[in-house]
Amino acid sequence: MTKRRTLPACAAKLASTALAGLFGLILAGSAAVAQDAAPVPDKGDTAWMMVASALVLLMTVPGLALFYGGLVRSKNMLSVLMQVLYSTAVVCIIWVFYGYSLAFTNGGSLNSFIGGFDRLFLAGVGLESNLETFTKGVVIPEYVFIVFQMTFAAITPALIVGAMAERIRFAAIALFIPLWVTFVYFPMAHMVWFWGGPSAYGDPAGFIFSLGAVDFAGGTVVHINSGIAALVGALLIGRRVGYRSELMAPHSLTMTLIGGGLLWVGWFGFNAGSALEASSGAVLAMLNTFVATAAASLGWILMEVVRGHKPSLLGAISGVVAGLVAVTPAAGLAGPVGAICLGFLAGAICFLACTSLKNRLGYDDSLDVFGVHGVGGIVGAIGTGIVAAPALGGTGIFDYATGAVADYSIIGQVLAQAKAVIVTVIWSGIGSLALFKLVDLVVGLRVATEEEREGLDLSGHGERAYNY
Amino acid sequence: MKLIMAIIKPFKLDDVRAALTGIGVEGMTVTEVKGYGRQKGHTEIYRGAEYVVSFMPKLKIEAVVPAELVERAVEAIAAAARTGQIGDGKIFVTPVEHIVRIRTGETDRDAF
Repeated sequence: MTKRRTLPACAAKLASTALAGLFGLILAGSAAVAQDAAPVPDKGDTAWMMVASALVLLMTVPGLALFYGGLVRSKNMLSVLMQVLYSTAVVCIIWVFYGYSLAFTNGGSLNSFIGGFDRLFLAGVGLESNLETFTKGVVIPEYVFIVFQMTFAAITPALIVGAMAERIRFAAIALFIPLWVTFVYFPMAHMVWFWGGPSAYGDPAGFIFSLGAVDFAGGTVVHINSGIAALVGALLIGRRVGYRSELMAPHSLTMTLIGGGLLWVGWFGFNAGSALEASSGAVLAMLNTFVATAAASLGWILMEVVRGHKPSLLGAISGVVAGLVAVTPAAGLAGPVGAICLGFLAGAICFLACTSLKNRLGYDDSLDVFGVHGVGGIVGAIGTGIVAAPALGGTGIFDYATGAVADYSIIGQVLAQAKAVIVTVIWSGIGSLALFKLVDLVVGLRVATEEEREGLDLSGHGERAYNY
Repeated sequence: MKLIMAIIKPFKLDDVRAALTGIGVEGMTVTEVKGYGRQKGHTEIYRGAEYVVSFMPKLKIEAVVPAELVERAVEAIAAAARTGQIGDGKIFVTPVEHIVRIRTGETDRDAF
């Protein structure tokens, strides 16, 4: 639930300075008043958003990279680290060139779905540009919003690579990621998050925002979006050689725990940072990100034990990620107990998705991106409609028109959330399918069987992860 | 001179080494190996994917001993490595024709 709203702080300051110059000391007092009228960013808010942005990078490199890397066989370790690092690097550049503009400016006649080109190469953004947060009259520097949202754009396509790990060509990733953020991610971010801000809530907003769906930190934009793309990718590229017949055990669950732990820590930046202020709402998001995650971890291993398996570390850390995904849309909206229920449910359901559902359907989503991010994201998006209800301890949804929390209908909100899920699934499904097909035609998705046997580290990158 | 080759559970190494040293065996070579006998293997499950791992990690101990020590050495290894559980391992004894100590050129019994 972020948005952009440029305030003319620069103009106001220039005007007041000019006035002071023209009329000298006599008008100095009124000039100061005029300056006060233009909101100035709070240094605490700005500092927090800078820290939050760095935390989201920590989620990706090295968090997600190690989480994924530990799950593959040692011969493919570097390929996965490389795919995540490449994705981060290329998206950061694209974000500054045109990504931010497409996601967070007014797109004119296409504004429901995509932004425009006003901020190409960050044109027009300066040290004096500020954006309004969720509080009327509270602003943060536009630069920090750009940085924060850049880290979101960077992690989302990096999530997808896990589904095709151990068999995708690096060239395919290199081409797919820029295409996917351009045609799938930026429009999704715009549809969900673009609005006028508290001072202009009536302005045209993104399509999904207009449906009344809420998504605090990106359950639809980041997780359902990447989860569906991952499923499409896994289906198109086919199963790994030796799938279900050879030992494909994770080569280092220790690394996976380190990566998963960094994801959890970084996620505080992701979720609590999405409040855009160092506010009590941000702290609530942080608390929920703690407890929903803990509950999901317990939910996953409980399901393992109920199913007659041993409680596994991989299960516990997978549950952590499932809980983080599920609480993302609800982070600043649920109460702590609601978040615990949501997390626990997500842990249990994602367990079933990664075991029973995947086995039944027979697709090879190497690292369960769909099972955790897709399914967990859908559970979270729908569940947000329930746990955000004030009657269940949630915050409800603030109505900027009346300046108070609006009346809340659980059924109505769940329906709005479901619509958002459906739009996301369709948008990501069709967009990803088209782009994967295109990439397959241009460079080919999959490595040769011989290279797959040898491992992508040597065949694709000419190095190996462990030399001893 | 006989070569005693024993496959044992890895955690029994210290016990076996102590037992052999106790009866006067002065050296041995240890290798990490994998294999299976009656123990078969075990099942590992990763997010619902079950893998049967046939080969169990074991240690292979090799020691060459003079003929008069062979019986006691075999008994010592067997006693030290036994847990009574399946997978305790096996001991093989084979003849050795010739030994040379590389540093001094000593041979056979002088080379122990």
